[in-house]
Amino acid sequence: MQSNTRPDQQHFVAPLDETPLVAIDSVKAEGKPSNLWTDAWNDVRKRPMFWISSVLILLVVVVALFPGWFTQTPPNNDCLLANSNGGPTDGHPLGFTKQGCDIYSRIIHGTSTSLAVGIIVTSLVAILGVVFGAFAGFYGGWLDAVLSRLGDIFFSIPYILAAVVIMSVLSGYRNVWVISLAIGLFAWPATARVLRAEILRVKNADFVMASTALGVSRFRILLRHVLPNSIAPVIVITTISLASAIVAEATLSFLGVGLPTNIMSWGNDISQAQTSLRTAPQTLILPSIALSVTVLSFIMLGEVVRDALDPKARAQR
Amino acid sequence: MAGYILRRLLQAIPVLLGTTFLIYFMVFAMPGDPIVALFGDKTPPPSVIESLRERYHLDQPFIVQYFIFLGNIFRGDLGVSFSGQPVSEILMATFPVTLRLAAMAVFFEMVAGITIGLVSGLRKGGIFDASALVVSLILISLPIFVLAFVMQWFFGIYLGWFRTTVGPGAPTQDLILPAIVLATISFAQIVRLTRASVIETGGQDFVRTAASKGLSRNRIVPVHILRNSLIPVVTYLAVDFGTLMVGATVTEGIFNVPGVGRTLYQAIIRGEGPTVVSFVTIMVLIYLVVNLLVDLLYAVLDPRIRYAK
Amino acid sequence: MKIKRIGVAAIALAAAGALALSGCTSGGADPSAPAGDATAVITTNGSEPQNPLIPTNTNEVGGGKILDAIFAGLVYYDAKGAAHNDVAESIETDDAQNYTITLKADQTFSDGSPVTANSFVDAWNYGADTANEQLSQYFFESIEGFSYDESVPELPGLEVVDDTTFTVALKQPESDFPLRLGYSAFYPLPEGALDDPAAFGENPVGNGPYMLDGEGAWKHNEKIDLVINPDYDGPRKAVNGGLSIIFYASQDAAYADLQGGNLDVLDAIPDSALETFEDEFADRSVTQAAAIFQSFTIPARLPHFSGEEGNLRRQAISLAINREEITDVIFAGTRTPAHDFTSPVIDGYSEEIPGSEVLEYNPDEAKKLWAEADAIAPWDGTFKIAYNADGGHQAWVDAVSNGLKNTLGIDASGDPYPTFAEARTKITDRTIQTAFRSGWQADYPALFNFLGPLYGTGAGSNDGDYSNPEVDTLLKEGLAETDIAAANEKFQAAQEILFQDLPVVPLWYSTVNGAWSELVNDVEFGWNSVPLYYQITKSE
Repeated sequence: MQSNTRPDQQHFVAPLDETPLVAIDSVKAEGKPSNLWTDAWNDVRKRPMFWISSVLILLVVVVALFPGWFTQTPPNNDCLLANSNGGPTDGHPLGFTKQGCDIYSRIIHGTSTSLAVGIIVTSLVAILGVVFGAFAGFYGGWLDAVLSRLGDIFFSIPYILAAVVIMSVLSGYRNVWVISLAIGLFAWPATARVLRAEILRVKNADFVMASTALGVSRFRILLRHVLPNSIAPVIVITTISLASAIVAEATLSFLGVGLPTNIMSWGNDISQAQTSLRTAPQTLILPSIALSVTVLSFIMLGEVVRDALDPKARAQR
Repeated sequence: MAGYILRRLLQAIPVLLGTTFLIYFMVFAMPGDPIVALFGDKTPPPSVIESLRERYHLDQPFIVQYFIFLGNIFRGDLGVSFSGQPVSEILMATFPVTLRLAAMAVFFEMVAGITIGLVSGLRKGGIFDASALVVSLILISLPIFVLAFVMQWFFGIYLGWFRTTVGPGAPTQDLILPAIVLATISFAQIVRLTRASVIETGGQDFVRTAASKGLSRNRIVPVHILRNSLIPVVTYLAVDFGTLMVGATVTEGIFNVPGVGRTLYQAIIRGEGPTVVSFVTIMVLIYLVVNLLVDLLYAVLDPRIRYAK
Repeated sequence: MKIKRIGVAAIALAAAGALALSGCTSGGADPSAPAGDATAVITTNGSEPQNPLIPTNTNEVGGGKILDAIFAGLVYYDAKGAAHNDVAESIETDDAQNYTITLKADQTFSDGSPVTANSFVDAWNYGADTANEQLSQYFFESIEGFSYDESVPELPGLEVVDDTTFTVALKQPESDFPLRLGYSAFYPLPEGALDDPAAFGENPVGNGPYMLDGEGAWKHNEKIDLVINPDYDGPRKAVNGGLSIIFYASQDAAYADLQGGNLDVLDAIPDSALETFEDEFADRSVTQAAAIFQSFTIPARLPHFSGEEGNLRRQAISLAINREEITDVIFAGTRTPAHDFTSPVIDGYSEEIPGSEVLEYNPDEAKKLWAEADAIAPWDGTFKIAYNADGGHQAWVDAVSNGLKNTLGIDASGDPYPTFAEARTKITDRTIQTAFRSGWQADYPALFNFLGPLYGTGAGSNDGDYSNPEVDTLLKEGLAETDIAAANEKFQAAQEILFQDLPVVPLWYSTVNGAWSELVNDVEFGWNSVPLYYQITKSE
């Protein structure tokens, strides 16, 4: 690079090209215009944790979609009490449940239900939570009052009561969607409140004021600047709540307002295994491991994404 | 500020009306006749069913039942349970116990979660960070009854450090074990939230400024990083406190805590409208106050947040 | 029928349970050799009573256990279910329809007031009067003048002769009437108790071996403390210093307290410990038959389940259930496969009733009968068994369904209802369109109690609307028979018909499972699954 100072110019500070600042402030004019999302993508794809978690999630999704590729044993038929809580045998690598069903097959066939419930509930909670939290926190005033108090009402309804009512009223339609609705409809206020708090903090930041001064519309500021900078806690909460959703489905099954018993799910198996806790803990531990691995891969992915969306954390590396 | 607080308190009125209405409607919409269930596997004569329904106003349309209930509340009468115990008495007996239990659980969550989250965040990617992730993950994927059962067996029966269940009068030392079990549910959330927040705050300009000013690490961490990371954590803790006030059904059952979770669950299952609504009403009040306090706390943690506009 | 339902999310609960045992000591501890400390208080498990403690308004085990301790009825039951006089001096009848009851002299309630004929008659009149909406009202339905439809403040069938004598006239001869009199609904009440039933129900005053430890002894949702009633001088005199009944919402919590040394006697073992408790509490546990019969009902109005086809299908289903294996695996041997429609603890029980082979597992015969039914009209759909999810029934319903699937090759599954109220309402208003769980815990130890209320035409708990005139006649004849053996013959004949019709599919009898600490001795369980607390000794 050519020095852009005239020969006779006096310098009281170091020339710009001699300071580290030049590296930070320089603009790569020849590159594509960068934005938060492409930066994030360029960052995550270099990280092994991203690939490990993605492969795991992909595997879980494939199992969910094509259980037949992984096991030929029917999960719900040929359950013989003679095999109750039995250990592994030929063709039954993980042994049997209390009812004498094949554990491996039940885990494989339960994947789609549990994963679907987890993802639908988490999405529902994330969407409702982000919409309510973002508007309440960013616009404040009466909108905050209305949205926040609405959240308070939903939050204070005991979810057992709500689930019993929803599932009983819709007893003819007990499927994955309805049960996810019953769980998610009363779980979003926590997410909304955390996001609202974060937005209250971020909206006073200098870059928001700068955007306002530049005449950017309020909604655009929320979308482009405030939200990306306050989303981190939401990612943390939602990835973990994936696990809670899968477990909540188990609780509802246990209460008799879950999915019909011919639909397999990890949660269902976990709650049924509890009476064997003292005598055959593997019937409980094995589906729990499936749940843990799935949740772990989502948490890892969430972690990578959260990190990538935080430009300052990225710059530190 | 005073105006803001007043406005928030006034907002409690519509919230209370909305919640009680919704809850009452849900109890009403629950399928099954609670009177029939009172008789067990015996079918009661129709005349008796009728007069019992009359006594509990169950023969009235929903909206009438709701207004009868509301009217009684204004006279300070919360009604009686099917067992003939005044609901107000049940409230007085159970809420203090659950309040203590929830407060202890939140305290444990706070101390352990924030400490571990802070260290994880400051030493991101290290051994400690990874172990904290694994431990919190194991805790979250364990169903609560398993955890409660194992803790009860290990500390209560095997080691004998604690009473296995909560004794008469629910003394505080008996509540320690169930409080720890409850704390583990949200422990993972608090650790991860704190960690994420600490990492984010650690990269902020004011932290770099503080470091370049030559401030010691002992000052930067608590004053600059931690304080500015607490907002989402405190919010979540408040939410969790609310959840624990109702949601401790399983844990209260396993440790035989004479608290809200157990009683409320029974009332829901039995379709006792007045009991359920009264409980939830108190819940909402507690939750509104806690949320107000948290909102005020934001301004302390981050002076840029102001309410009185 | 006492209801025992505990429901706490994620905690499975066994159905009620317990009962008279075989073997063991014969009724009553030996008072001459009290091994324990006569002042030691026994702690035991219970559950919060669901109603005020008024005998005629208590129909569940939580309150029943307390009432049995603080009240003494005309008769009491020993461990084997035999009735002996308690307050009664004599109960006499010539025709099984008109009874003369004489009380022992100088009996008092714990507040000093006398126990007189009026104490019984007034209490019974109160319980029988429709206007008072008492939950145990039906116990009085056979007394002359009783009506469900109009208020009868004083039954013409009850007459006070003098302070210690009264007479009872029934609507028809019922020879097992004296046997019923030990049930809590028939307990006496002190004068004035019914002026303010709510207050009395909070601090009841009785005439039994124990009494409340002062005002407010009932600490709601926590416990109730009972002390010895010094005025009681009957056959159930307590040899310990009192009873502290701790209320548990889950059996797991109670079991943990027994393990942790906070509880002396436990009368219900949680499902999770059924396989292990006998090893853990060797010599200090019991598993004995109970007066509880479990089944599922197939209403006759269901398609495919009436007429010839229905009979074949009912038989096939019964033959396709491997009761032996299910009780062994699912219940760890804590249920006993059924051989009839009653219970082994009841006098007159028999495993040899003709037709009872239908309760043996016989997959080939089951397939054959099912195929024969299919020849009449082909089967379609799923065979479902409804149950309330708050009662711990899922495991056995799933096991039975799996058995039907495997043996008959049909689709079968459980159909859970979230609450007892919902399941019960659908059963009561006859809108349920599936088979459903059913069961019966005896109110009093007699064969008729397992049959009349359940299979008589139009009877109160005949939820499947079964009706067979032959059965009705046999039941009525048996009831009128004053000789117990002759009566039981009639009841067995009725059961023979039931085995052909199978209005319900008998499954198994419950057992009582209990365990106790090292501190207590002489623990014995009564026929109704409740420990005989008065004879337990405790050393400290």
